[in-house]
Amino acid sequence: MDQNSVIAAKNLNLTFQTNDGPVHALKDVDLAIAKGEFVSFIGPSGCGKTTFLRVVAGLETATGGGVTVNGMTPDQARLARAYGYVFQAAGLYPWRTIGGNIRLPLEIMGFSRADQAERVKRTLEMVDLAGFEKKYPWQLSGGMQQRASIARALAFDADILLMDEPFGALDEIVRDHLNEELLHLWARTGKTILFVTHSIPEAVYLSTRIVVMSPRPGRITDVIDSPLPRDRPLGIRDSAEFIAIAHRVREGLRAGHVDD
Amino acid sequence: MTRALPVLTVIGLIVVIWYAASVWMNAPWVYDQAARAGESVTFSQMVVETQSQSRPVLPPPHQVGTALWQGLTGQAITSKRSLVYHGWVTLQSTLMGFVLGVVVGTALAVAIVHARVMDQSVMPWAVISQTIPIVALAPMIVVLSNSFWSGSLPQATGMDSRTVAKAIISAYLSFFPVLVGMTKGLRSPDAMQLDLLRTYGASNGQTFRKLRLPAAMPYFFASLKVAIAASLIGAIVGELPTGAIQGLGARMLIGSQFGEPLIMWSALFAAAIMAGFLILIVGLAERFAKARMGGIA
Repeated sequence: MDQNSVIAAKNLNLTFQTNDGPVHALKDVDLAIAKGEFVSFIGPSGCGKTTFLRVVAGLETATGGGVTVNGMTPDQARLARAYGYVFQAAGLYPWRTIGGNIRLPLEIMGFSRADQAERVKRTLEMVDLAGFEKKYPWQLSGGMQQRASIARALAFDADILLMDEPFGALDEIVRDHLNEELLHLWARTGKTILFVTHSIPEAVYLSTRIVVMSPRPGRITDVIDSPLPRDRPLGIRDSAEFIAIAHRVREGLRAGHVDD
Repeated sequence: MTRALPVLTVIGLIVVIWYAASVWMNAPWVYDQAARAGESVTFSQMVVETQSQSRPVLPPPHQVGTALWQGLTGQAITSKRSLVYHGWVTLQSTLMGFVLGVVVGTALAVAIVHARVMDQSVMPWAVISQTIPIVALAPMIVVLSNSFWSGSLPQATGMDSRTVAKAIISAYLSFFPVLVGMTKGLRSPDAMQLDLLRTYGASNGQTFRKLRLPAAMPYFFASLKVAIAASLIGAIVGELPTGAIQGLGARMLIGSQFGEPLIMWSALFAAAIMAGFLILIVGLAERFAKARMGGIA
């Protein structure tokens, strides 16, 4: 196991016991992610990309092998506030203001009131939502709500951001915009980001590394290091390099899909 | 005005049907009296006579209204004939039973949501408890209260055992909607919201305070509206079979036993008006809570 890696999965297996017999959600997954990487997980439904994220977060427990986060078990890492998790739905509490929602993890983790206020202000600025602190979620668009949920995950300064199809429910225009903002955020904060997606352009545009997965059993079929520079204008998606990587991802997905 | 029109139409329709029914149902007595006196009555005479009988089968709206007004304002509110007095007696038990029912229902719901064993052991009994006719249970509760609410307790609390018995009957009826509503409400957060709190390492207590409880508020207020109405019914039923002489239920029973329909009907309407006010108060509390929770509750 690489000592420098922030997240290291070794021979990771996860089998769910169902009424129809065992389901291999993850089979022999080996992966090491270094600090500051932006790693996308792409694959069809049931390939285990979300499950992998949940294992890293300690929301599921591996049935074989293991994963370490900052050298700790996922459960220890969770208690050490190693990561922020962003779900597909923003999941903001409708009874709390935007500021109140971002304060939620801070209250639970016991930050002081002054510290809470300062962090809410800072993270709202980070996601371009300054001035919306007193608004309620229903007063914001879907894209703004998802930005607020990212702010919530950033508020307690975790070094790792786990994002499970965070922009999957948004339309393409909003998604492009948020992708660009997410890259800026990543460049500014230097966080390690694990990003699950269904979208090839999104994966290629955002990532330093793309993990292609396939189902039954859920496994990694290809890992692509992106040659794209870290500074990426939206126009880069028309470049030959971008199209070449997208092509390779598509090939990888097709190869893993022979049984359909 | 556009909203008032349908409501007024329905009220108007009810009043018309009510008057028609009062003529129809009180007419036999008018004809009977006339036949005994050897007189004959015209239709219009008959209609007039049906509207002012002292013991009508169905009193017309204006008679009920007059009796109600008399009952409310015709004497000092401490008088044994005042509906305010009897209403206050019923209201005390109603509110005590309501508070007790809400506390018990909520506490059981919390226990059920947090412990699987409670879910399996308590819920069936709660359901069974509601299938027993309260009229059958009420006398037993009165007798039991009589024996345990004794000694210095009535003196110390200023409540006699009958008030306590009625409150228990009220609570017996009102805890159930709260239990069902709160169980559903406390379980309403979805898996994703619970996972989110797990990623923060939140304790069960924190999950309850920050997520389950606020998420249950809409369910809570919906069940409160049912519970307050059930409490009032419980208090009134508690007054019926127990020889009570105070309270709206006792008033109704006296009216029916002594053939005084106006007493019965005015007590009935007093109870209905009280129920309306109680639900209104719960509704206001709900609106207040809603406003404080970003307009969602």
